[in-house]
Amino acid sequence: MSVAEANPQTFSIEEFLEREATKELLRFSTAGSVDDGKSTLIGRLLYDARGIFDDQLASVKKSAINRSSGPIDFSLLTDGLRAEREQGITIDVAYRYFATPKRKFIIADTPGHEQYTRNMATGASTASLAVVLVDARNGVMPQTRRHAAISSLLGIPRIVLAVNKMDLVDYSEQRFEEIRDAFLAFAAAMGFSEIQPIPVSALEGDNVARRSAVMGWFQGPCLLEYLESAPVAASEDRKPFRFPVQLVTRPNQFFRGYAGSIVSGSVRRGDPVMLLPSGKTSRIASISTYEGDLEAARAPQPVTLTLEDERDVSRGEMMVHPSAVPRVSRYVEANLVWMTEEPLANGRNLLLKHTTQQVSVRVMIQSRLDINTMDNAAATTLALNDIGVVRIDASRALFFDTYGENRLTGSFILIDPVKNGTVAAGMILRDAGRSQTHTGHVTAQERHSRNGHQPAVLSLSLTSLAARLERRLFEHGCQVIALDPEAHTAALLAAGMIVIAPHASHTRAIDLDNLPWPAGEDAAVDAIMVYLEQKGVLWTSRFTRGEGI
Amino acid sequence: MPPLANLKALEAESIHIIREVVSEFAKPVMLYSIGKDSSVMLRLAQKAFHPAPIPFPLLHIDTSYKFREMIEFRNAYTKSIGVELRFHTNREAVDAGANPIALGTSKCCSLLKTRALLDALAEGGYDAAFGGARRDEEKSRAKERIFSFRDQLGQWDPKSQRPELWNLFNGRIDKGQSIRVFPLSNWTELDVWHYIHQENIPVVPLYFAKMRQMIVRGETLIPPEHNVIPLHAGEKPQPVMCRMRSLGCTPCTGAIRSEADTLPKIIQELLSFRRSERENRVIDHDQEGSMEIKKREGYF
Repeated sequence: MSVAEANPQTFSIEEFLEREATKELLRFSTAGSVDDGKSTLIGRLLYDARGIFDDQLASVKKSAINRSSGPIDFSLLTDGLRAEREQGITIDVAYRYFATPKRKFIIADTPGHEQYTRNMATGASTASLAVVLVDARNGVMPQTRRHAAISSLLGIPRIVLAVNKMDLVDYSEQRFEEIRDAFLAFAAAMGFSEIQPIPVSALEGDNVARRSAVMGWFQGPCLLEYLESAPVAASEDRKPFRFPVQLVTRPNQFFRGYAGSIVSGSVRRGDPVMLLPSGKTSRIASISTYEGDLEAARAPQPVTLTLEDERDVSRGEMMVHPSAVPRVSRYVEANLVWMTEEPLANGRNLLLKHTTQQVSVRVMIQSRLDINTMDNAAATTLALNDIGVVRIDASRALFFDTYGENRLTGSFILIDPVKNGTVAAGMILRDAGRSQTHTGHVTAQERHSRNGHQPAVLSLSLTSLAARLERRLFEHGCQVIALDPEAHTAALLAAGMIVIAPHASHTRAIDLDNLPWPAGEDAAVDAIMVYLEQKGVLWTSRFTRGEGI
Repeated sequence: MPPLANLKALEAESIHIIREVVSEFAKPVMLYSIGKDSSVMLRLAQKAFHPAPIPFPLLHIDTSYKFREMIEFRNAYTKSIGVELRFHTNREAVDAGANPIALGTSKCCSLLKTRALLDALAEGGYDAAFGGARRDEEKSRAKERIFSFRDQLGQWDPKSQRPELWNLFNGRIDKGQSIRVFPLSNWTELDVWHYIHQENIPVVPLYFAKMRQMIVRGETLIPPEHNVIPLHAGEKPQPVMCRMRSLGCTPCTGAIRSEADTLPKIIQELLSFRRSERENRVIDHDQEGSMEIKKREGYF
């Protein structure tokens, strides 16, 4: 904004617009409570970067409330709701906008109190950098750890530790270093690609938009400098092509297009595509937009794609490149942030929204994260603001990447089917359908040598031929089964196998967890073998421990 | 490849939102206020459904105090792009002589805008309504969701908003409830003008500076149209080089002195402003938090 004022003679609006259009956009979140001076810091950042207008400032000066010791209470610029101004706290996520000659910024300003973890997660979900505030007098608090943990969980790569109120600790370098070291002691293991500690005084403006004269000992950048230079989120267009279909466009009988946003990757006219879940393939016939047809498009462009072949594709299905398909499974394991008053009970049925599809799911709680120790403990319920690991059993297959691989195809929300509220946010960790088969200790090599063949998946959609092939392989001595791709446990049972799985929900599951086994694992396994014999699962104990053949 | 320019990124986000609404709701409608933000939103809707036409009607809440040039523009432009336009006026209140001088701005807005809007939405049976509001306009708007839930009475409850993460929007509602949708949430005033310039989007001529008759009271320029504002003794409208920075009802929207008669000049003028765009809107300043109160009652 200062550009126009600084050079009124040489200023060219056309050049300005060109620069403006190519500026990068950085979305960052801030976390910290009002006691840490977060609103004051943002108010100061907006004011010094000129993101605040004079009449808004005047209305703050005019306000009956001034919680600061200075002439202007900067926090009043950001606390938008009446309840917030009355109580002097920030309740909800607020979005702020400002620009410097170098960059445009969107701030997700989130409250820091424990009861607002959900808001912090909301703000962090679209951010590529987080500013975590600490009061220099209090140092690292439990909430600081929580802010860092949530930022890490939501996949934010960069974090700024803003040690505020340095004016109240005599701008002490030693105090700053103590806090920095205490923070790094736990945050270093959280997987951030960069942590930048900065000592600031939001009240005085030190190291906010200008480097501090009184803290000459600090050699690093001031906050604004860092925000202007930190890399923005890794470009999504280099990842595999993902195109969830939003809606089908059929303006006339000659045009049938699939409208949606390219979530990641890019696409060219003529590219082969695979449709999920059907697995059918085709080629891109055209990439249609309001501006005309394109040769190529990339994330996050919204486009309408047409295919060379007649295919029946609906909302919720996904187009991908056949050489880089996502995971397809009805079972996923995910980190979950529980966001509503009524606690999550184990096994609850909810609606899941993932990309453009909605399915009903059953949620099995595995563990709860203690955010202070970062340990996972077994749990059967999750309360408001709890974070835990859950297994999701979906009624239809999901096509997804892990959250670490792709934020938009790895995330979901859960919706209460009765009250309609958004009750949880989830970040997918892995395909739980696959990992289940890897928990035992019988090695692949042992299985291969007993079976006399390698494991293999044979793709064959003609059912009669598949049945014939199954018979032939079985007679050849192979362990084989022809099945529906979504069958899982039922299919393995049908194959005559014994399936051991945690929390098995199958109607024929025998619950071994709650039986009184003798102490010692060997003794317990012996007892289970006898028990299975009694239940008629095993015909005879083939071997008894300690006996030779 | 360089990162997608920031305006294109905003455009992509908005189009995604508009398409989600059409996919998930039975009867959406787009509120059309004729202003610059509506013009941008309308263009985004055209882009979202191309080559098909916009699959929902536009709804204009006409207070009867809009500028004549706005109504002319509305009729001509919507006809030229072939979109269905519906409008609604609180006839009863207008016939009873409702105006901001007699009733005060608060009550006048409540009758001619909020009441009229709620009635029109109920009459049309709309389950989702797009609005062009941006979060940078006002403090309570900064906290509103993109999909903003309204109860059976059309009211907003700021304390029980649905969390909104990533690009996943929850549009589930029961009968009678509705969602207000704000596709331009993350746009700023500068973004809007920049986009209008880049995309050649037609806007109401009132935004461009020219000599206009105005009642001049110090810094304030009041348009005399509709003859609602009583003139002081000896006062009469005089020609002033001016333009409108935002468009509302004539008695409640002041003009600003300006020479900016082209889009680049408007943008350049905007860069030098130290005052916010809604400052000339009398209605936002009735009392502290007045926009929040209106929104709780059902205002956009």
